[in-house]
Amino acid sequence: MSFELLNKFRDPELCGKVLETLRTELSGGLRFMEVCGTHTVAIFQSGLRSLLPEEIVHLSGPGCPVCVTHESEVNAFLDLAGRDGVIMATFGDLMRVPGHQGRNLKKAQADGARVKVVYSPFDTLKLARENPGDLVVFIGVGFETTAPTIAATMKMAREQGIGNLRVLCFHKTVPAALEALLADERAGIEGFILPGHVSAIIGLEPYRFIADKYGKSAVIAGFEPLDILQALLSMVRWRNAGEARVVNSYTRIVSDAGNAKAREIMYEVFQPTDALWRGIGCIPGSGLEIRPDWESFDAGKEFGIVIEEGPALPGCKCGDILKGIKRPDECPLFKKACTPANPVGPCMVSTEGSCAAYYKYKLD
Amino acid sequence: MSDKVLLDYGSGGRASQRLISELFLKHLGNEELNRLNDAAELAVSGRIAMSTDSFTVDPIFFPGGNIGSLAVHGTVNDVAMMGAVPRFMTCAYIIEEGLPMDHLEIIVASMGEAVREAGVVIVSGDTKVVPRGAVDKIFINTTGIGEIIVDPAPSGDRARPGDAVLISGTIGDHGLTILGTREGLDFQARVESDSASLNHLLIRLVRELPEVHVLRDPTRGGLATTLNEITHSSRVGCHLDEGSLPVRPEVAGGCSILGLDPLYLANEGKFLCVLPGEDAEKALEIMRADPLGRDACRIGTMTDENPGKVALITRLGGKRLLGMLEGEQLPRIC
Ligand code: SF4
Ligand code: SF4
Repeated sequence: MSFELLNKFRDPELCGKVLETLRTELSGGLRFMEVCGTHTVAIFQSGLRSLLPEEIVHLSGPGCPVCVTHESEVNAFLDLAGRDGVIMATFGDLMRVPGHQGRNLKKAQADGARVKVVYSPFDTLKLARENPGDLVVFIGVGFETTAPTIAATMKMAREQGIGNLRVLCFHKTVPAALEALLADERAGIEGFILPGHVSAIIGLEPYRFIADKYGKSAVIAGFEPLDILQALLSMVRWRNAGEARVVNSYTRIVSDAGNAKAREIMYEVFQPTDALWRGIGCIPGSGLEIRPDWESFDAGKEFGIVIEEGPALPGCKCGDILKGIKRPDECPLFKKACTPANPVGPCMVSTEGSCAAYYKYKLD
Repeated sequence: MSDKVLLDYGSGGRASQRLISELFLKHLGNEELNRLNDAAELAVSGRIAMSTDSFTVDPIFFPGGNIGSLAVHGTVNDVAMMGAVPRFMTCAYIIEEGLPMDHLEIIVASMGEAVREAGVVIVSGDTKVVPRGAVDKIFINTTGIGEIIVDPAPSGDRARPGDAVLISGTIGDHGLTILGTREGLDFQARVESDSASLNHLLIRLVRELPEVHVLRDPTRGGLATTLNEITHSSRVGCHLDEGSLPVRPEVAGGCSILGLDPLYLANEGKFLCVLPGEDAEKALEIMRADPLGRDACRIGTMTDENPGKVALITRLGGKRLLGMLEGEQLPRIC
């Protein structure tokens, strides 16, 4: 995309006008949630948060894959990281996620575990080829955005006869989580700003239930201030007209149909399953597991990993925050026991996490 | 001499002497250094500013300079930020065995050029050669001494509400150049380090405006971190105006590709100046008259709101916290 076009979506004057219209047309409060961490950061970084009318309540949702990775999943990959003959491969943002007793991959690495940060799942193919005597285990964390690339990597490994690559599959899918949030009345969410990247894969269809079943609105939006403002204005207008709608307004990137090819690869290798979300608990049908005919790649099966609900981290309010019931600065540990340098919960670890964004950008 | 630096050259024996006379004295020599005494005899008077810094930059050569010139600029600037005229320097080289001799020569030669430009003399030095792998190619430590010419000297704890915040030019050039070169990235437009000695410009500034409260070079951690340090030690707040921050379009472009923020990138030829609001225009005039301050502008104001914190007024007119550099966005830049 050209810089000129992008600049248009950042133009202060245009944004000012939309903001003005939003103020005039706003009838009562609006509780909206952005699902995606990139939106959270964009809302803070541009200063939009401080400009929105006070009646608009901004909630940060479960849209950062690091934040929703369950404690039990974190402990599983930390345990695996210490084993002989295992090389853990991961995206960098998992390195500092704290598990049991503050352990994390960085510390495991210092203790001698072999952990390799990769920039793309495809890098694991080379890693596996170069270490034929070891098992390379990739930590599959992420949403519909990352799952297709990992599926493609597994297919490539099979084609190339690479037998020592495994995937620890903790993928989650977004629409089922949104349904769980809507079903919980406490958050009182009236509208969603839907994630751009996830939507590029799944398209508009899987979100229809938001309007059809729950009578709420949602907009697939880009990450520039104008995108976000226009999404909010649309939701206010629909409400004023007594309607609920689900609309794709990020058409410069996302097609209504999504990316069929990516979905095909994803579902060739994975199938839906129940998943545990940190702080939220089990959401039926919201995870992906490796299909039986791809079982030889499944690190979970091979190592007999069991993911189960355990006692929550004492004090951490990640669950209420992901559900939109509390704001990060309402957590008693926020900025005290829990900081980006020393995170207690994952919402503080990931740069896209809502607690980290509040810490970094919010003026008291 | 051999075409590579050998361990022998650090032995203190004949090989060391050859390295010192044929290379170091050739480029850095002066009356005092040439005596090769154990210590230098200096004539300095009054209040003195002294600063030391070690340079471990990777890569050692980059567009706009190299580790040798950088080691001079960095220390000269640190001394000058105290409202002092830098006079003398020392330098210590720790060289990895096997470094090509012609690389060393380029580095020492550009150090010589940099000290002459800055008008300082190197009065004492040291060379060590360590086994392969014990350091990364070459590390240089420099210490500088200068005479403070204003009273009170500019200091990080002297910012007051109402003071203007000025920057002497565009930000992020050095940091992006280093990162880009290190990662082998090929930016469409050329970016270049701004590494330079600022002492002549700074001396002129404090001579004409001795009221300057704070001078700082926003090196590691960038403008954002430096401003945080100032607001913290002065217990004032700062409103920084995003729209007026000078950033070269090619730097802005490179940053957006790499997901970096120019506000946190290191600079090596820029300074921040905090002074009473009414002197701002005069200060800008002085800065802009010098090629090193051509793009100087006012970027913010110190306030009594949110003491210890920097608030960024965004282009949209919103307000948000601009914190210190968190974590390791830029590992070991200098
Ligand atoms: S993975 Fe995608 S949807 Fe999730 S936070 Fe990152 S950008 Fe947003
Ligand atoms: S501040 Fe820390 S402990 Fe509290 S919810 Fe956020 S991540 Fe969890």
